[in-house]
Amino acid sequence: MSFHDGKSTNNGKRLAQGTAFAVFRALSLLVVAILVIILAFIIVQGISVISWEFLTEMPKEGMTAGGIFPAIVGTFCLVAGSMIFAFPIGVMSGIYMNEYLKDGYLKRFIKLMTNNLAGVPSIVFGLFGMALFVNRFGFGDSILAGSLTLGLLALPVVIRTTEESLKAIDDSFRIGSLALGATKWQTTSRVVLPIAFPNIITGLILSIGRVSGETAPILFTVAAYFLPRLPTSIFDQVMALPYHLYVISTSGTNIEASRAMAYGTAFILILIVLVVNLLANWLRRYFAKRVKMN
Amino acid sequence: MYNTDSKEKEYSIQTTDVKLYYGDFQALKGITMAMRKNQVTAFIGPSGCGKSTYLRCFNRMNDLIDGVRIDGEILIDGVDIYKKNIQVDDLRKHVGMVFQKPNPFPKSIFENVAYGLRVNGTKDKNFIQERVERSLHQAALWDEVKDKLKKSAFELSGGQQQRLCIARALAIEPSVLLMDEPASALDPISTAKIEELIYGLKKDYTIVIVTHNMQQAGRVSDHTAFFYLGELVEFAKTKTLFTSPKDQRTQNYITGRFG
Repeated sequence: MSFHDGKSTNNGKRLAQGTAFAVFRALSLLVVAILVIILAFIIVQGISVISWEFLTEMPKEGMTAGGIFPAIVGTFCLVAGSMIFAFPIGVMSGIYMNEYLKDGYLKRFIKLMTNNLAGVPSIVFGLFGMALFVNRFGFGDSILAGSLTLGLLALPVVIRTTEESLKAIDDSFRIGSLALGATKWQTTSRVVLPIAFPNIITGLILSIGRVSGETAPILFTVAAYFLPRLPTSIFDQVMALPYHLYVISTSGTNIEASRAMAYGTAFILILIVLVVNLLANWLRRYFAKRVKMN
Repeated sequence: MYNTDSKEKEYSIQTTDVKLYYGDFQALKGITMAMRKNQVTAFIGPSGCGKSTYLRCFNRMNDLIDGVRIDGEILIDGVDIYKKNIQVDDLRKHVGMVFQKPNPFPKSIFENVAYGLRVNGTKDKNFIQERVERSLHQAALWDEVKDKLKKSAFELSGGQQQRLCIARALAIEPSVLLMDEPASALDPISTAKIEELIYGLKKDYTIVIVTHNMQQAGRVSDHTAFFYLGELVEFAKTKTLFTSPKDQRTQNYITGRFG
């Protein structure tokens, strides 16, 4: 019954703690294992087709040979287009909601609506994009229509990460600035935003990862089944990686023959998302360091 | 706009029957007092007595809190600061504030002090340079930072950061300086430096300081006000208040019987 002889009268609570954390650890490792298995599976299946030609050539012979270059370019255009649209609107709404709007009905209403927007299934965005951008606005199946549709999908993510980044900033910075006679806008633009910038950028890049893998929103608005040339304007259709993957796995001319191509495409898609996420992480650290210095 | 030559010359801050409510809770129960120009007035009292709340009325920081309502009149250098046409940013330029926890911006030492000038429209580089240097001198920080003005303010110690915040407030030349427990987060040596500083600043500024530390009030202030449960219990010359308090509650507080 003394604390130094290693014996204890109450081992029950230690056993309970040991068991609980062992279970939690096992489940956490399971999550890691799932990701590793998915990656390994796709790499093993697809590695045989990965080559410089695969990345830089047009698809050939009914998409059973050649490369996926136009799909890579297409995905790049759609991601860039959607960000040009979603980033300014999302960031500005996020700033307005966190820095300016007082708690009340309007704020709660806007919050509710953004959360609901985030919950809308992506296929519904696709349908809406087709009705509004493709048909009503007459953009046709085009990069413009696809980007706008993807942008709508990314909007709630951008708004929320902006809001969260701002919320994380200690109020003492704002109060210190206001107490010096700065206006709310000066406080926001000169003190708050520079601090929040790294996290906002991270949010932006993470939403790029999300957008680049979406299939449903581009299905009716931009994606081409087979288009072995590069776009020349924002009114062109393009191929895109996720849709290309879908096509060659389910409705290609020779599905068996393009099986390896499909895994190769999946591998590239995952690689892009992973690289983007790593880049986000790196940028956040880089900017966080710089903000501190300045 | 702030009239310093009127009959209010002697007093910098005059308040009449100030009542403040947080929603239904009344935090200040009608406070009437006047603070002399170029003197240090200390507010003491137990936590929750309303002294900080009252202090934050003078630069309208309470405006930032939802659901706050204020009655009564507050004149600063003769101007009713709750009048309709008062611009709060102009008021806050006139009434500077230093907070309990040092809160420098994540900018360089120089930019921290220059910030108030910049947001108030000063563009002249030489002027800013001179003013930053002078403010750092006034805050007794110049010798410690003159070789690293471009370095981040976060590299300074807590006590240096607090003096930087004082320099930052002084740079825009307020006439009143409010200090909300400015030394309570600092070590004794930094505290002594801040106190010394306050003593020297009063020839140029009217200073109001909230403190939990009665020795500190005794050391730095000319007048002391004791607050209790949202009321001003006693307000007198610091020496008088600490040696012969008139009210029993003041007596109890300064002898440590509650607080």
